[in-house]
Amino acid sequence: MSKLFRLMWIGMVLGMLVLAACAPAPTPAPTAAPPTAAPKPTEAPKPAETKKLVLGFTASQTGAQQVASKKQIEGLQLWLDDVKTQGGIKTKSGVIYMPEMKFYDDESKTDRVQALYTKLILEDKVDFLLSPYSSTLVKAAAVVSEQNDKVMITAGAADDATMEQGFKKTFQLYTPASRYLTGAADALKKFVPSAKKVAIIYEKDSFSTSVANALQPYAKSIGFEVVLFEGYDTGSTDFAPFINKIVATNPDAILGGGHFADGTTFAKQLFEKKVPVPFVSLLVAPPEPTFKDIGDAAVGIIGPSQWEPQVTYSADSAKAANMAYYGPNNKAFVDAYVAKYKEAPSYHSAGGYAQGLVLQKAIEDADGVDPAKIVAALDKFNLMTFYGVIKFSTDAKTHGKQDAHTMVYMQWQKDSAGKLVTQIVWPLEAKSADPVLRK
Amino acid sequence: MNIEALIASTFDGLMLGFVFGLMAMGLTLIFGVMKVINLGHGPFIVMGMFAVLVMNQNFGINPYLGLVVVILLGLATGIVVYFVSLHRVINSPELTTLLATFAVNMMLIGALTIVFSTSPRGLDISLGSLQFGKVTILGTRVMAVAIAIAVTIALYFFLYRTRQGKSIRAVANNRGAAELMGINSTWMLALSFGIGTMLAMISGALLATMFSFTVLSGGGLETKSFVIVVLGGLGNPTGALFGGIIIGLLESMTTIFMPVSWVPVLEFVVFILILLVRPNGIFGAR
Repeated sequence: MSKLFRLMWIGMVLGMLVLAACAPAPTPAPTAAPPTAAPKPTEAPKPAETKKLVLGFTASQTGAQQVASKKQIEGLQLWLDDVKTQGGIKTKSGVIYMPEMKFYDDESKTDRVQALYTKLILEDKVDFLLSPYSSTLVKAAAVVSEQNDKVMITAGAADDATMEQGFKKTFQLYTPASRYLTGAADALKKFVPSAKKVAIIYEKDSFSTSVANALQPYAKSIGFEVVLFEGYDTGSTDFAPFINKIVATNPDAILGGGHFADGTTFAKQLFEKKVPVPFVSLLVAPPEPTFKDIGDAAVGIIGPSQWEPQVTYSADSAKAANMAYYGPNNKAFVDAYVAKYKEAPSYHSAGGYAQGLVLQKAIEDADGVDPAKIVAALDKFNLMTFYGVIKFSTDAKTHGKQDAHTMVYMQWQKDSAGKLVTQIVWPLEAKSADPVLRK
Repeated sequence: MNIEALIASTFDGLMLGFVFGLMAMGLTLIFGVMKVINLGHGPFIVMGMFAVLVMNQNFGINPYLGLVVVILLGLATGIVVYFVSLHRVINSPELTTLLATFAVNMMLIGALTIVFSTSPRGLDISLGSLQFGKVTILGTRVMAVAIAIAVTIALYFFLYRTRQGKSIRAVANNRGAAELMGINSTWMLALSFGIGTMLAMISGALLATMFSFTVLSGGGLETKSFVIVVLGGLGNPTGALFGGIIIGLLESMTTIFMPVSWVPVLEFVVFILILLVRPNGIFGAR
């Protein structure tokens, strides 16, 4: 074959190759659809992660603080039941925290509190701490809690001094002691306009002394003469000589007291000795439902209360006050408590419930349980609950001290059937009945 | 100084003093007969308190009627405790008997705490009151005084007019000589410990009708009993009664003049002064 013929043959082949490359891609022939496979089932959403949340505390199941402590724990247990019914504490990140309690009997003793809170932190490794009941025990618990850098929500403790130590992670729910009986002095001025003289008597423990020390200058500042200012030892049972001394000063009012046992005994002995003082306001004991066990001796006794079943905190009142509302309404709390425990809640019960509620809100706001974020969330609190307004001080010295919650003043009265019932008598905007004066 | 308050306090102190005296008589009787300082005295007082509480709350028995049971229980308890804890060490040095009664103290407090816990308790009882101006005399206190006087008279009748009482006094005087006279000194010692326990429990029952109490109330009352016993004279039941009245008056009347929390301090100042000035007590030891 000639050279020319070979060249022509190669050119044809190359040309054919170029033409093939440049040709448009042929439209694929419609193919038969593949047989439809059964649709893959939609994947269930990934279940939210549930984590255990252990809340540690001590309860005074025996000893002087048993009555109030039991009520506080009942309130907390009710909160726990409600949270479990709701399916746990839900956060935005999808984690659900299921709280459970871990507690021991502190026998109402300070040294037991110290040992047991150390155990809760170091051995039981609880996530958060709640407080025992009473300022003395909470003071002991707070020291251990702060030393170990744990967040603790306190109820049952109103002592000012405890919350003026620059704590970083301890948060107080109760109105401080310095504001406990100042309202009683105001109420005295209104209810007994002729009153001039008051006797201030108090149990010589941290909380009651704080109340009395704050009350004395306040009473003087609004025009009262403090004719007696005296403390009695913790555990006192015979108040007869002391009452004789009080009567000798001819007061128009007796203010003060201590805790449940001595307050109840004092009220009873005042009645037995027919002390004709028209206005008596005692700490802690009167708001307790079992105070009525002293019978007619309870009539007319006024008590400052952190909360009463008749209070009117609600979503509407929160809206009117331009603040958020959180948690159940007051009626729901009271009804649930009565259904579970077959008796009315006291303010100790409400405080116990509020402990859990506040922690729940903080976890939701912090979107988790990181202690620093919890503290930041609690610092921002300014909201209303069934228990009242809650706002914590962010000042360095008084960090965590309760800034906004206020007391109401209740009084034991007889209803039309002669039964002993409590009524709110002060402040006037919250009252449910007019006061009765003792005879 | 308010005279009415002083008069009211005098009455209150006098009435309470009788019960304190009864309380201390049990302690001084035991010391007088067997030279044993009974550190179990406080828990026995508390046992009397809880005995009337249980009878009243669980069985509806009036506390004053329940005293019959308290008397029998006190006697029986004292005799049993004597044989269990003291009989074998009665001739040992005083420290041994002291430790034995201290052990009884610990065991009783522990047992009572387990059963009753340390929560405050109270009896709901009222016998009305009499009022004279600003002086109010409570019915429960009048009843307590009446019972304390009745028990004191009964005790004296027993010690001075009955064979067993004379035997107890003989053993207290000279155990060896009493045995030579045919007196079973062991049983007389047991009986006297039983009577001492009974007196403590009766006083506890009476105190329960006046004040609230706990399992731990006995500590302070036992200390007060020691002060009264020293004041009145060791081993002198008459001295104990009058010592109790003096302490009752002191507590009530001084409250008018000084802060109430200073009263225990004053009591112990008196205690020290008596030990320094009249170590045998105001009425002398027996």
